Amino acid sequence: MEEVLFFGAALGTLGGAVGVIALRNPFYGVLALIVHLFSLAVLFLLLSAAFLAAAQVVVYAGAVMVLYVFVVAYIGGTGESAWEPIPGQRFLALLLGAAIFIELAIAVLASSLLALGTGGPDVEAGFGDPAAIGTLLLEKFLIPFEASSILLLLAAVGAVVLAGRRSETTVGGGDLP
Amino acid sequence: MSATTWAWLVLLLPLLGSISIALGFRAIPARVAGIAGTAAVGLAFACAVAALIALLGEEPEGRHHASSLWTYASAGGLDIDLGIYVDPLSVLMILVVTGVSTLIHLYSFGYMRSDEGYHRFFSYLNFFVFSMLLLVLAGNFVLLIVGWAFVGFASYALISFWYRRTTATGAGMKAFVINVVGDIGLVLAAFLIVRELGSFDYETVFARAPEVFAQGEWTITAICLLLLVGAFAKSAQIPFHTWLPDAMEGPTPVSSLIHAATMVTAGVYLIARTNALFYLAPTAADIAAFAGLATLLVAGTIAIAMTDLKRAIAYSTMSQIGYMIMGVSIGAYSAGLFHLMTHAFFKALLFMTAGSLIAAMANRQDIDRMSGFWKAMRFTSIMFVIGGLALAAFPLTSGFFSKDSILAFAEARGGMYFWMAIGGYVGALLTALYTFRLIFRVLPGRPCEEAQHLIDTGELYHGPPINPATEEKEDSEVGFPGAEHHTAEQSKPMAVAMAVLACGALFAGLVQVPGVTNVLFGFLEPAFDDSPLAAIHPSVAHEWRGLAIGGVISLAGIGLAWLLWVARPELPGLFRARLRPVYQLCLNKWYFDEAIGLLVVRPALAIGRFADSTFERLVVDGIVNGARDTVSGAGGLVRVLQSGFVRSYALLLVAGVAGLTLYFLLSAS
Amino acid sequence: MSIEWYIVLSSLLFAIGATGILLRRSPIVILLCLELMLNAGNLALIAFSRMVGNEEGQIFALVVMVVAACEVVIGLGLIVALFRRRLPLDVDELRELRG
Repeated sequence: MEEVLFFGAALGTLGGAVGVIALRNPFYGVLALIVHLFSLAVLFLLLSAAFLAAAQVVVYAGAVMVLYVFVVAYIGGTGESAWEPIPGQRFLALLLGAAIFIELAIAVLASSLLALGTGGPDVEAGFGDPAAIGTLLLEKFLIPFEASSILLLLAAVGAVVLAGRRSETTVGGGDLP
Repeated sequence: MSATTWAWLVLLLPLLGSISIALGFRAIPARVAGIAGTAAVGLAFACAVAALIALLGEEPEGRHHASSLWTYASAGGLDIDLGIYVDPLSVLMILVVTGVSTLIHLYSFGYMRSDEGYHRFFSYLNFFVFSMLLLVLAGNFVLLIVGWAFVGFASYALISFWYRRTTATGAGMKAFVINVVGDIGLVLAAFLIVRELGSFDYETVFARAPEVFAQGEWTITAICLLLLVGAFAKSAQIPFHTWLPDAMEGPTPVSSLIHAATMVTAGVYLIARTNALFYLAPTAADIAAFAGLATLLVAGTIAIAMTDLKRAIAYSTMSQIGYMIMGVSIGAYSAGLFHLMTHAFFKALLFMTAGSLIAAMANRQDIDRMSGFWKAMRFTSIMFVIGGLALAAFPLTSGFFSKDSILAFAEARGGMYFWMAIGGYVGALLTALYTFRLIFRVLPGRPCEEAQHLIDTGELYHGPPINPATEEKEDSEVGFPGAEHHTAEQSKPMAVAMAVLACGALFAGLVQVPGVTNVLFGFLEPAFDDSPLAAIHPSVAHEWRGLAIGGVISLAGIGLAWLLWVARPELPGLFRARLRPVYQLCLNKWYFDEAIGLLVVRPALAIGRFADSTFERLVVDGIVNGARDTVSGAGGLVRVLQSGFVRSYALLLVAGVAGLTLYFLLSAS
Repeated sequence: MSIEWYIVLSSLLFAIGATGILLRRSPIVILLCLELMLNAGNLALIAFSRMVGNEEGQIFALVVMVVAACEVVIGLGLIVALFRRRLPLDVDELRELRG
């Protein structure tokens, strides 16, 4: 059962990923990414990370992707041309991508870390529960928790500043800031 | 105080004079600068006399002292001191130099009065005196070379004194370049000396030389030949003489001091000083003697054809120095130096009278235009005659005794030197001839226009300022001669200086009358004790015979001159027509300038042009531009990476990650 | 399923994301590919967390998610600003920093 789910979800993620990089229209790319994220959530569940799977769906697929959809709708998203101005870029990109995958795969499969070959130790039932995550966040990882909230604040402020409408008195209204 | 202390003072005073006049030239009025300069050298003369007295107070064998202020350089086992060497030879030289210089400063005080560059003149003149004193007082070869070079510079600065005259600056450069050639010879000789003998110090070198070298070895001959190159360049002997006539572009006091009495005698001093080395290289000494003989004859013939008053006297100087060089080369050291001393007196006097005459002629120097000055300028004429008599070795003048002492020694040494003496007597005839040619052309006869003007109005003739050689127009601002001219009749300082020199010219010979007085030779003996050649003494009867011959020749020359230029003035024209090629040869100075131009100057210019067009372009520019192009090219290659494409940068990033991962994979396996 | 499978899948997704960044010119799509890479990292973290047996890896992945969200926000803000100023939305056109 687990294998079926795994392969299904894996196909979903791979399909979504290939769709993101291959589809011309960015809107379709966004949609492909949403599929990818959902499939990833299934994989998280298989790894006993229930809270994270939920967070993935709610936050990532729910909020972040909606943001993407808004922006793509606002911008309009025309497809880009097929001609490649930088010589050798396409070939090298594919080559290097393949190289990275092969190297990482070799590193993992030939690794002497024997635990990789197992399914992991037996864990108690509450592994990956919101309670467990919450306890860790508020006890052991309190400072990263607070720091990430500050980070979020910064991002929000930054976004407002960046996208805000400038008054016409700024110099060179048509140039990059 | 000891002789060496006085000697240091002698060195110091003109240097101080030069520097203080140079630094204060805006603030000090002209008269004060002149007085300061003259006083500096005058005090130096007093110190030189004191040094003489101090030296005489010692035992004759002990009359040589080396004194050093500090060690100038110490490297590689070689110590070079700032040291002087005081012995009878150097004391004689400083006496002559400071004495004559004082008189010339006095003369310049009057002569250069209206020149805009008055301060500069006295500063340069003082510096020259300092350099010459450094040269003769130096106790090692390094300091000698320093003094030598300074003297060369001072000569250049003073020849080009009227620097807006292109003829003057050209002459200055010519003198300097030939001087540098001499400097090279001297420096190479010094290198060889230190390599063979291990020291630059006079006392060490002259003591060791006989131990290290056998007589006639090629090394010591090479050293002496190189020294001769230096000596000949400085003393204007053939083949390095072409600068001296051109050096007459300088003001007359400069010609008088540098190119008659002092600088040109530096070569004579050098050979006398290094007599120990020359004794070991008889070939070099003989070459020097022959060169001296050749110069004295050639210059004599040229002087008969010259129509420029100062140039004629310049060739006379060349000729007389030929006598001195011949003298010190064959071993007549004291005789040669005796002639040096008397020559300083009468030649400086002759130049001074020439200056006075030129001033009366409104700066023209052509004797074809001069006549009748006996009536116009009596004092100057008398001085001219006195100088001329001494130069022509008229009996009982100083030149009479000094010139013939050299020739008597040559006779006494015998062999080929006997024939040199004969050559010297021929030269004496020529000397009397050309000297009185000048006198009989300029003094008697109907007064020329300028002289008539002087007789009628009592004032000097004034013409527009021009360059006498090229007839170019000039003005009287700084860089050209001043507006007013000064003659001896009008200017007391000039007259006093000339009078003192006239006394010297007439009576200085009396210090060395054979068999009667022996002041000079006795004084100089200790300096040349070590030389076997100095032991040759002609007998008194021998010397008087020589003197008699010389006197007869002198009178014959004067008589011949009278015949040609007073009694039968048409004769010279006939001679010129009959002996046209000979006359042309002499008039064109034996074509030495042209020869040097062809052999030396043109190849040098060709090499320069080649270097500029080819070597510079290909090699130097090639290397420099090549380096630049390489760097530029490398930069260009690197610049390609800065394309601005974000994706290219990302590609490089990913490539780096892949590479790194590969490396870790490989190193872990 | 042993953990290896998840890690190999994660590295494949990462490689696909990297290739996408190198290949695509539209800034939006590049950001999407960045998301791919970040999520691949998340998958690896969670897989390792399962392998080790505690949830610390999951906390790490949570924080990565937060960071990814912030970065997306800023990135999209940039794109909107570009669009507002009528600049071409093509990273090859935006190269004033060329050497």
